[in-house]
Amino acid sequence: MTVFVSSLARDWRANLRQPSQIINPLAFFLLVVSLFPLGVGPEPLVLARIAPGVVWVLALLAALLSVEGLYRQDYDDGSLEQLVIGARPLYFAVLGKATSQWLVTGAPLTLLAPIAGFMLYLPTEQVGWLMLSLALGTPTITLLAGIGAALTVGVNRGGTLLALIILPLFVPVLIFGTAVTETMLLGASREFPLLILCALLAASITLAPFAIAAALKIGVEQ
Amino acid sequence: MSMPRALVSMDSLECVRDGRALFSGLTTTLEGGELLALQGANGAGKSTLLRALAGLYPDYTGELRTSAFVYSGHKAGVSGHLSTSENLRFLVGLASHDEHPLQPLAPSINRALADVGLAGYEEVRCNELSAGQLRRVGLARLLLASEPLWLLDEPLTALDPSGAQLLGRVLDQHTQAGGAAVCATHQSLPATTHRTLLLTPAGIPEFRNSQPVLQEPSK
Repeated sequence: MTVFVSSLARDWRANLRQPSQIINPLAFFLLVVSLFPLGVGPEPLVLARIAPGVVWVLALLAALLSVEGLYRQDYDDGSLEQLVIGARPLYFAVLGKATSQWLVTGAPLTLLAPIAGFMLYLPTEQVGWLMLSLALGTPTITLLAGIGAALTVGVNRGGTLLALIILPLFVPVLIFGTAVTETMLLGASREFPLLILCALLAASITLAPFAIAAALKIGVEQ
Repeated sequence: MSMPRALVSMDSLECVRDGRALFSGLTTTLEGGELLALQGANGAGKSTLLRALAGLYPDYTGELRTSAFVYSGHKAGVSGHLSTSENLRFLVGLASHDEHPLQPLAPSINRALADVGLAGYEEVRCNELSAGQLRRVGLARLLLASEPLWLLDEPLTALDPSGAQLLGRVLDQHTQAGGAAVCATHQSLPATTHRTLLLTPAGIPEFRNSQPVLQEPSK
């Protein structure tokens, strides 16, 4: 557990010293959301209907933008080698890094969701559900994106490859994440998609760090 | 079986990279108190051998065993966004899962930084340091490490003459305390006694004794 705490603290400090890395994906998120009323037209009913989907897709893209540097910096400066050699178990080190990554991407994005909802005429009583679905879904996204980032860590200009690898993995989270808010608009139960989101989160917390650790090992072995 | 105190044992180690044998039939042990210099032309396989020893290069045949080690490669292994003391605390803390938990305290980190000539740089971020100063941070890490084996890739690169002397002193201290080290280098090592393993283009490694030798070369 000490390795979890020390990795988390280390990445947290390093992240806070690169504010542009935190702010840029969030600014991207809000900017693109603000384009929808302009592009689709300012019709409250249409915008409210597509709001959950728009917010969720942009959350995925923002995660994609921010995750590329997650292991790249450590790879370039050699910290990743030291981590693979020294961290026992590597599982908790990876989980610590993912937690720190979520704290600077998924968590602030969840907090910004009401602004996005407001721009898209999402009914006020839905905003809480949108935030809840994001709070449950964004950690899963961070962990899944981490797998892609770890797999492409040794690849120069791996950005497109990264997107091709992880966007398909996001599909279940996207479907059930949007369903939490949309079911209400459509009049169905939201319990089921919420439980599925919880299950996806539990599965990715337990399994994804193994995949990330294995991919990082392959990445530094050369 | 190898001797009980061997910190490194290699048995008919062979490594082929891109269809070319880097080395083959490499058999030796390294015990506490020994220092091995790896020499050879560019591309002879020095770094590959060190990475294999560090578990970072799995493409070899033969037997290879190492005890707990510190590896210092071409890349410094420190984050530019963290200060020297933050980096050291993290790197040395990685080893604290051992039986003897070791929590590097600020005073010992400050002392190690002062010992390598970086007093006053405790809170300076590593991306503001020069290449030689980064090497000195690596030396401070060695001073704080509890691992008996050091694997150093080109430890002299970017170090000024006083830094090279410092490295020699640190290596001598380490071997006198019963530790061992493998250093890949083109220059002659500043440490007093060591044996040299020359990796030749033919793929057959040769042992040489440089300077006064305590141990006989490979048996």
